[in-house]
Amino acid sequence: MAQDSAILDEVVQNDYKYGFTTDIEQDLLPKGLSEDVVRFISEKKQEPEWMLAWRLKAYQQWLKMKEPAWPNVTYPKIDFQEIIYWASPKKKESLNSLDEVDPELLATFAKLGIPLEEQKFLTGVAVDVVLDSVSIKTTFQDKLAELGIIFCPMSEAIREHPELVKQYIGSVVPTNDNFYSALNSAVFSDGSFVYIPKGVRCPIELSTYFRINARNTGQFERTLIVADEGSYVSYLEGCTAPQRDENQLHAAVVELVAHTDAEIKYSTVQNWYPGDKEGKGGIFNFVTKRGICQGDRSKISWTQVETGSAITWKYPSVILKGDHSIGEFYSVAVTNHLQQADTGTKMMHIGKNTRSRIVSKGISAGNSQNSYRGLVKVLKVAEGARNFSQCDSLLIGDACGAHTFPYLEVANKTATVEHEATTSKIGEDILFYCNQRGIDTESAVALIVNGYAREVLNQLPMEFAVEAQKLLAISLEGSVG
Amino acid sequence: MTPILQITDLTAGIEDREILKGVSLTVNPGEVHAIMGPNGSGKSTLASVLAGREEYAITGGTVVFRGNDLLELSPEDRARQGMFLAFQYPVEIPGVSTANFLKTSVNELRKFRGQEPLAPAVFLALMRERMKLVEMDQSFLSRSLNEGFSGGEKKRNEIFQMAMLEPILAVLDETDSGLDIDALRIVAGGVNALRTPTTATIIITHYQRLLDYIIPDVVHVLWDGRIVRSGGKELALELEKRGYDWIKQEAAEVA
Ligand SMILES: Nc1ncnc2c1ncn2[C@@H]1O[C@H](COP(=O)(O)OP(=O)(O)OP(=O)(O)O)[C@@H](O)[C@H]1O
Ligand SMILES: [Mg+2]
Repeated sequence: MAQDSAILDEVVQNDYKYGFTTDIEQDLLPKGLSEDVVRFISEKKQEPEWMLAWRLKAYQQWLKMKEPAWPNVTYPKIDFQEIIYWASPKKKESLNSLDEVDPELLATFAKLGIPLEEQKFLTGVAVDVVLDSVSIKTTFQDKLAELGIIFCPMSEAIREHPELVKQYIGSVVPTNDNFYSALNSAVFSDGSFVYIPKGVRCPIELSTYFRINARNTGQFERTLIVADEGSYVSYLEGCTAPQRDENQLHAAVVELVAHTDAEIKYSTVQNWYPGDKEGKGGIFNFVTKRGICQGDRSKISWTQVETGSAITWKYPSVILKGDHSIGEFYSVAVTNHLQQADTGTKMMHIGKNTRSRIVSKGISAGNSQNSYRGLVKVLKVAEGARNFSQCDSLLIGDACGAHTFPYLEVANKTATVEHEATTSKIGEDILFYCNQRGIDTESAVALIVNGYAREVLNQLPMEFAVEAQKLLAISLEGSVG
Repeated sequence: MTPILQITDLTAGIEDREILKGVSLTVNPGEVHAIMGPNGSGKSTLASVLAGREEYAITGGTVVFRGNDLLELSPEDRARQGMFLAFQYPVEIPGVSTANFLKTSVNELRKFRGQEPLAPAVFLALMRERMKLVEMDQSFLSRSLNEGFSGGEKKRNEIFQMAMLEPILAVLDETDSGLDIDALRIVAGGVNALRTPTTATIIITHYQRLLDYIIPDVVHVLWDGRIVRSGGKELALELEKRGYDWIKQEAAEVA
């Protein structure tokens, strides 16, 4: 409750809070993509031969693929030769303590409200910071190492744990799964790798803050999380980006593998630059996220709070392969001004008595378009599968749109599939009532939206939930009146 | 003594239709005014205009509230300066608990007065105390504001909010409608308990029985956008007996 009021107090600024660029010298590759660029990236990262071969194969597949046209979004054609595929901060020596981190960078994180030191010492969150392409700082490694947990930059995992990476990379999202996953596989820069050994419950939330920083640099993060039998991990991903004019492409791939009795909770707060009120600038966020419940009784839970990006195209999915496995998707997607979001999930029921739960809360304001696209697929062998979907839309104003595209493919008669949908509107009556109680319109919208999104926000770890609430409020500023 | 509220020749309406056709009313500290009048005469419109609802255009007249031009202020600033409207039809706000709503509201008012937000424990204690005034159960605090509340519960909730916000001027728009006999007594008791020599209340009602519990200083009859008659509480009794026809006739004769 005390936090709530602190949040509302913060709901005052009107411009994109995180719009600034940090001056850190960058080491850039010229624009454009070719086999040489793929080789360059692989070499920069001192990768083994098999990794390069994997990237090159993906590149060849990508050349033959086309951009998907089915999402309910429109944007100017992307020229993939105009993108810079590699950038890294100049100071590249590996760092052991925060003192060694570029002070500019620390200042950036302070502005973002992510005081690394505090996080490190007070909250017990291990932070793997990715500034553009190179992971700069990973904390808590030693403590985690005692438990046999691996939490490190993907590039390091490729060098230090090649057997694990080789076994799992591309096993959930094949390189040729879609246009953007192929592109990511060819040129991915860095990301996080997590391995939780058998029976280990990861004692802290693992957290990564991504931040796009170099001008014109596409971001191609690659994250892989493997939870071995009976293990548990909660992983947090948060994003903010500086304000700029050119559109920026982001095409990440996240793969999750949960073995027997394992559980993975993956939470995202996404706040990339959405573009200005006229729709200028902003991030194109084309992400492939998928998890597999490989073993019996395993569980994967996606929670996302999407407030940023000019265009979002994202469907965190779960393949429910193990018997009695559980997949969950909790989402709040906010669009304002001219933002477009086409997001949802896919739940693939393969194992017996598998269960999935989808809670999607779309919030549209301004002239934005917000689409939910969800597929629940029950295979013939998926005896006793159950799904529950709740898709709610909240409209603020008259010029925005909310759309739902629920797809059902049920091939087993014993399956139970339930779908509920509601659409509501923050109308004049409600706003006036709040005004009459001394609450201005902006705060009223924040209050109502946070109430509406509570079921999803409750899924987030505490400190993340607070951040998410702030983002909801900030991203809807100026949406009414 | 400066009046709390001074309305002079107020005219207001929507688009091409005038609803308030010249209302004048002065409310002094410590007073309770009752406004009665047939359906559609403009009582709720007057309340909405005072609270700052934008859909009504003010076409003439002045409203001075605590020495300031009320019509200049945004609805939230009016509330922060002590204007409270108990709505005839309170809205439901799904997902926002009564407690959270009130905490936001109370702290906004405190902020305006340069006070710190109340500590959660203090706030909770205050809510518990004020709920007792209208005999509302604590379980309502965690429920979404007015969602699924019965008609009577919504009305009690309005008075509970009034008790929390401690307004200088409270306008109660048919707070008695839909209340059973016991609830009427309880709600009236709550309103009476909140009366102070420095605050005032305007009660919009159709029934004189409420005025048995809350004794008004003045009773006004609003008819076709004008206050056509004012008197003591016996006027309410007379209206109860005779209806509005005689007043309409009188008003017509004058016009
Ligand atoms: N927003 C509006 N749009 C159109 N007409 C309106 C609007 N608001 C009020 N009116 C009209 O103005 C007149 C006065 O309405 P108002 O609600 O003020 O009456 P009232 O005295 O409160 O009536 P009741 O006793 O039934 O509550 C009515 O004829 C009503 O239909
Ligand atoms: Mg009325």
